[in-house]
Amino acid sequence: MARRRFFAEGPASPPAGPFVFSGVVSVRSMSNRLSPRAVLALIALRTVNSLSRATGRGSGTVAGGRMGLVIYPKLLSDLSKHRQIILVSATNGKTTTTALSVAGWGDNVATNATGANMPAGHVAALAASKATRAVLETDEAWLPAVIEATNPNVVVLLNLSRDQLDRATEVRAIAERWRSSLAKASKNLVVVANANDPLVVYSSEVAGDVRWCDIETSWTADAVSCPKCTQSIIRNAGAWSCVCGFAKPNCNTRVVEREARIGDISVQVQLSIPGQFNIGNAVMAATALDVLGIEPTKSLMSMRSVSGIAGRFTLRTWQGRKLHMLLAKNPAGFEALLESLDPGNEDVWIAINARVADGKDPSWLYDVSFEQLQGRKVWCLGDRRLDLATRLDYADVSYEVVDDLNSLPASASTTELLANYTAFSDWMQRSTQ
Amino acid sequence: MKIALIYPELLGTYGDYGNALALSQRSMRRGIDTEIMNVAITDELPLADVYLLGGGEDGPQRLAVDLLKKSSLRQRVLNGSHVFAVCAGLQILGNSFSVEGDDAYEGLSLVDVETARGSVRSVGELLTQVGQNRLVGFENHGGVTSLGRGVAPLGNVLHGRGNDGKHDGFVTDTIWATYAHGPVLAMNPWLCDEVIAKVTGTKLSPLNTVADKLYEERVTSLSSR
Repeated sequence: MARRRFFAEGPASPPAGPFVFSGVVSVRSMSNRLSPRAVLALIALRTVNSLSRATGRGSGTVAGGRMGLVIYPKLLSDLSKHRQIILVSATNGKTTTTALSVAGWGDNVATNATGANMPAGHVAALAASKATRAVLETDEAWLPAVIEATNPNVVVLLNLSRDQLDRATEVRAIAERWRSSLAKASKNLVVVANANDPLVVYSSEVAGDVRWCDIETSWTADAVSCPKCTQSIIRNAGAWSCVCGFAKPNCNTRVVEREARIGDISVQVQLSIPGQFNIGNAVMAATALDVLGIEPTKSLMSMRSVSGIAGRFTLRTWQGRKLHMLLAKNPAGFEALLESLDPGNEDVWIAINARVADGKDPSWLYDVSFEQLQGRKVWCLGDRRLDLATRLDYADVSYEVVDDLNSLPASASTTELLANYTAFSDWMQRSTQ
Repeated sequence: MKIALIYPELLGTYGDYGNALALSQRSMRRGIDTEIMNVAITDELPLADVYLLGGGEDGPQRLAVDLLKKSSLRQRVLNGSHVFAVCAGLQILGNSFSVEGDDAYEGLSLVDVETARGSVRSVGELLTQVGQNRLVGFENHGGVTSLGRGVAPLGNVLHGRGNDGKHDGFVTDTIWATYAHGPVLAMNPWLCDEVIAKVTGTKLSPLNTVADKLYEERVTSLSSR
C-alpha cells in the first residue's frame, strides 16, 4: 500500500558519535584491485569529504559516498570484495549491535558512522579503511540492495516493528522484501535471526543457513497475526506457533537473564550498557562472530568496552543535573526502556519531537504502555510535549508540561531522560559530558 | 458504556487504542462507567454500545472484513449500536474498497460509499471543518472515497485530503468515520464528548483537560499553514 521512498539518505544528522569518519587511506593502496572508474569515484568521494569537513557541513561521510556512487554505482560492490562483512539490520538496536560486533571482533574493523546506514554511508566507511573486516549497520528498507552489493558473510536480523509509518513502508512489506532477498542470496550466507520475532522468522526461514536466537523480545504487537496466513499467533511459555504450522524454530543460541548458550558454549554475559534487550543484542553479535571463528567467551568479554553509543546510555550534565541519556525512537524501543527504568527514581523526563527524522505523526504514543509509569512523575519536554501530556493524562500518570526549561526541578540524583531521535539530539547538544 | 475495540491485532496500526482510552476516560471522569473490550479475531463479537474500527495494512484489512461479514456487526448496527471508524475501518464500512494490486474487495455495505485506489498516497496532517468545530488528525492512506447520494460527509477538508480533497469521512445516525487515524478522539475532545453524549444519550458536563490545550495548539498550527 505504501509508496516507498528510497532516495534520500538519513534526513537528519544523528548525534556525533565515536565512529566519526576519520581514517584516511590512499587511493593507491587500494587501487590494485579496483577498476579505473572506481578509483575516479574514490578520488571524488575523498574530495567531497574533505570539502565537506573543511566547510564544517558535517563529518562528510554521506556526501562523499553519494558522489562516489553517482560516478560509479558498483563502488560498494567493489569495495566489499576481499573483505569479511557482517550486516546488521532491525527496527531497534542496530546501532548498538553494530558497535558491539565491532568491539567483539577486535582491532581494525571498518564500520559506518552512526546513522549513515544506507549505501552512501557504507561506501564512505569502506573507502576510509583498509581493514579486511567490516560491520555495517543497514537501514531496513535498503537491506536487500546492500546484501546484493556486499555479498556479506553474515546478516544479523534483530527485530521488525512499526516505526515512522508516515515515511517508511509498513512493517509487513519490509518483511516480504527481506524474505525475497534472502531466498535468492548466496547459500554461503549465514543469517543470525531472532527466533522470537515472527516477522524476522518469516523473513529468514528461506535462507540456506540460519542460526536462530532465543532472546527476550517484549514487543509483539506487530506480529499478533501470522505473517504467512494472518491467523492468530498463539504464545505459550516462551514458544509461539500458528495453526498453519508456522512456529518458533529450534534455537542455536539461547539466553536466560545473563546466561547465554551459543552452540555448545555457555557464557555469563556482563555488559557496560543497561537493559535485557542489550544482552540479547550482544549475544546475537557473538553468534555472528562465532560463525566467523571468534570464540563467544572472547567476543563477549571484548564487548564490555562499549559503554555508550553516540551518547546513548551515557551520563551527561546539564545545569548541574546528571542526566542518564536514553534514546527510543518507536513503541518497541520505548517499551524496552520503560521496563529498564531505575525503580528508585520517581521523576522521569521524557522529550518528544515529531520532526521529519522522528516521523511526523506521534500517534504511536498510544502504542506505548505509559500506564506503567503510574506512581512516578513525568516532566513533558520537546516540541510535542502536549501530545505526551495528553497521553499521560489518559493513562492516569502525573505529569508536568515544561514550557520553560528553567522551571525544571534541581535534583541531586541522576535523572532518567528518555527522548526520541531529534529530541535526543537536542539534549546531547544542550548537555555536556 | 461498553466499548469494543475490534481486532486490534489487525486494525491497530496507528495507536488506535487511543480512541477507546479517550472514550473511556472522558466518560469515567463524568461518572459514567465504561468497559473496554479488546475483540480478538477468535472471539465472538460481544454486545457493545460502540464498536471501534481502526487502521490496518492491506492483508489484515481484508481478513478483518472477511471476519466481520460473518459476525453480527451488521445486525448490531442496524439494531442501534454505534460505530466509530478510522482509515481502513472507514473503508470496510462501505460497499467496496481497492487496495494495492487487487480488484475491488467487497465491504460490509453498512454505508453507501466506495473506495478506489488513489494515484498518490496521502500522508500528513488533516484539518477539517465539522459544523462549528475543527477536527485535527493525521492521515496515511491511498484511498479515494466517494459518498453515495444522501450520505453526509463528516467534514470539509481545510488541509490534507480526507476522502477526496474536499470532504472527509462520513456520518450517519449511528456511525462516524474519518481518515484522521489513530488517537483522533484523544486529540479532539469535543468530538469524543459528542460520541459519548450520543452513545449514552446523556448531556455531559464540561471537562477541562490538557487535551484541550493540545487541540488548540494543533488547530492553530495547522490553520496558519
